[in-house]
Amino acid sequence: MLLQQAPPAVTRTLPSERAARRTLLDQVARLEDELAQLFCSIWPRKDFSLGVPGRGGPRLLSLGELEEVRDQLAARVQHARRALSERTYSEEQYRRLIEEMLLDPAAHKWVRVANEDIGEPGCKHWHVRPRWSFIGMLMGWWRVVISSGCPLATSHGP
Amino acid sequence: MDLQLEEGWVEQELAEDFPELGLVHTPLDARPSKTPPQVKQRLRALADRYTGGKVIHMRQDAVPWAYRVFSRQVGIDPDTDRTPVERIAVERLRHGGLKSENLVDDALTIAIAETGVPVFALDADKLVGPPGLRLARPGERLAGVRPLSARQLVAADEARPVAIVLGDVAHDAGVTWDTERMRLCALRVKGVPPIAVEEALWIAAETLYT
Repeated sequence: MLLQQAPPAVTRTLPSERAARRTLLDQVARLEDELAQLFCSIWPRKDFSLGVPGRGGPRLLSLGELEEVRDQLAARVQHARRALSERTYSEEQYRRLIEEMLLDPAAHKWVRVANEDIGEPGCKHWHVRPRWSFIGMLMGWWRVVISSGCPLATSHGP
Repeated sequence: MDLQLEEGWVEQELAEDFPELGLVHTPLDARPSKTPPQVKQRLRALADRYTGGKVIHMRQDAVPWAYRVFSRQVGIDPDTDRTPVERIAVERLRHGGLKSENLVDDALTIAIAETGVPVFALDADKLVGPPGLRLARPGERLAGVRPLSARQLVAADEARPVAIVLGDVAHDAGVTWDTERMRLCALRVKGVPPIAVEEALWIAAETLYT
């Protein structure tokens, strides 16, 4: 059962500001949603900055402060979207390189592509290496070696 | 078990900006105690449900997202000062489990982690009148010690602030080992269905009655 109790009445926000404040709060909510979606799209990639500094809250922000938050969020979303777009383009190039390495290893001697380069988690990498070491180098027997998984945890010594 | 859920008051200026903001509270005749084994077991089971991927995508779930948005709207950076449910999730990932403290803290952790709704407990005998939400007044302090900034959002009774919204509870209003009756409070913001808020209080109460 939910009981209602009367709130004490004190008003300090100017009535003329209310519509603007509502609009700004809605815009902040939409931008935060976009930022959350970007965050999930970006993971597990690193080196992306999505932070927008706080304003010493929780407190009722002034109209000017709400505008600043909105503007900073918009700038951050735009920056993150552009950075993600550039990164995915680069990842696509690396994926293509892996295909080319597999098709013609001899043309990509010693080239190495890591999972991180194609935007995936883990330590796997593709490495073009000669079969049987020096003999392979001399004979031109090159192949792509695919490592599997991350190194096992090791002791830090006694 | 029967809970009497009450809607706390919200100061008008706050309600104008956040019409769906609310503090739902309920009295509870429960005392703090050590955590019984079945609650510890529940915490472990809860911790097992958290994975890295789940925590990453948590901010797109409706309820955690709603509290992130509210944090942002009131000047908090939710990536620095995390919302309660994200704080619990990050702690779980860092420590590999949810550490058991005492029955009250564990009940609140379970309620928050299950529903995403921030819940806190107050000592009912230390409250003056029903709690609600308002802005801090100039010169006010939390527990008479910690200065509050002007227009800071606080949970308060009729006499003084008792907690910072999404933040700390005043030590002179919070639950101690001497507490005999509690008042559980849950913060509701826009986008959070009332049923989630009620569920959070029910889960906390049920756990406290274990």
